[in-house]
Amino acid sequence: MGETLVITSGKGGVGKTTATANIGAALANLGYRVALVDADIGLRNLDVVLGLENRIVYDLVDVVDGFCRLKQALIKDKRYERLYLLPAAQTKDKSAVSPEQMRNICDQLKEVNLSTEAGGAEYLDYIIVDSPAGIEQGFKNAVSGADRAFIITTPEVSAVRDADRIIGLLEAESLARPQLLINRLRPNMVRTGDMMDIEDTIDILAVSLLAVIPEDDRIVVSTNRGEPVVNNSSSLAGQAFMNAARRITGEEVPFLEMDGDRSFIRRLGQFFGLRGR
Amino acid sequence: MGFLDALFGRRKSSKQVAKERLQLVLSHDRMRIPPGILEPLKDDLIDVISNYIEIEESGITVEFDDSDGDTRSLVASIPVIGMRRDRR
Ligand SMILES: Nc1ncnc2c1ncn2[C@@H]1O[C@H](COP(=O)(O)OP(=O)(O)OP(=O)(O)O)[C@@H](O)[C@H]1O
Ligand SMILES: [Mg+2]
Repeated sequence: MGETLVITSGKGGVGKTTATANIGAALANLGYRVALVDADIGLRNLDVVLGLENRIVYDLVDVVDGFCRLKQALIKDKRYERLYLLPAAQTKDKSAVSPEQMRNICDQLKEVNLSTEAGGAEYLDYIIVDSPAGIEQGFKNAVSGADRAFIITTPEVSAVRDADRIIGLLEAESLARPQLLINRLRPNMVRTGDMMDIEDTIDILAVSLLAVIPEDDRIVVSTNRGEPVVNNSSSLAGQAFMNAARRITGEEVPFLEMDGDRSFIRRLGQFFGLRGR
Repeated sequence: MGFLDALFGRRKSSKQVAKERLQLVLSHDRMRIPPGILEPLKDDLIDVISNYIEIEESGITVEFDDSDGDTRSLVASIPVIGMRRDRR
């Protein structure tokens, strides 16, 4: 049975769509069948980040309105064997879908047989919902069908504050124990004491850590090209997303050492029962 | 610079400042005092104060003031008509 994950943040522009695309591609690389759902209705972006913008025929709202079947709206990524996208509508707004309808879509996705062979049976392992920013209806839609929630933040005052608010709201949606992704960490600024480090951030938010993604210029390049960065083995952010994906599947993966946060990463490793270095 | 300053105890590093500010602001955010308690609180205040002082009930305002940044205060403005004679 598939599992629905949501990636959310509160504050806009901190990396939800980037994380959804890359963790999705990483899970597909690991052999899982994954559908990414763009819940940012009216401001769809996951299609361009994935480079699938020219393949869209139907979208999520078409499915909700009964204009097409769910399977027809799913776009299969040709570069990744097992990766699918359910795009958001670009012309509608958040009120075009209700939380109940969103939950239905997530539940139905778990039932879709992806096999193209007669008598074949292939089902999704993961559904990842890319949440819009904010705490309004778009957020409520995005989390309504989720089994597990992930919060992404940058190590900055405003983003962390908004993440805290979201953690409270997730509890109200009975999505307790969300896990944290810290994005755009700059090791050299951490070293000079000008950026909150991993320890500060999880200290304040009191949640467990899924992954730390460094600031990485390759993200910009990969977004330009519409190719997830996990494909690029020389990208530190790509490796960090790959590790995040493996941890989501339950694997224990040591945290990447980034200059400037060495001692903490080592302690963190021990904390999570991983081999220290 | 931030690093050297921190080393010589001249100034707190900006990350330390960020962390302290966040801890404070979140302690307030997390208090989440529901606005709905203000009405019954106001009624109770009127009852108690009226035992001592004659007040203009329609002019009363009771609200939280966060403008200080450090502390959240409960601010009540209660127009006074005069002492209650029967108390004396
Ligand atoms: N680790 C990173 N290093 C460098 N740039 C990054 C990183 N993560 C995200 N970005 C850039 O930050 C910008 C915002 O990212 P993204 O669109 O994923 O955020 P979002 O949270 O989905 O935004 P929105 O709230 O608008 O949906 C993009 O230009 C992206 O390329
Ligand atoms: Mg986005």
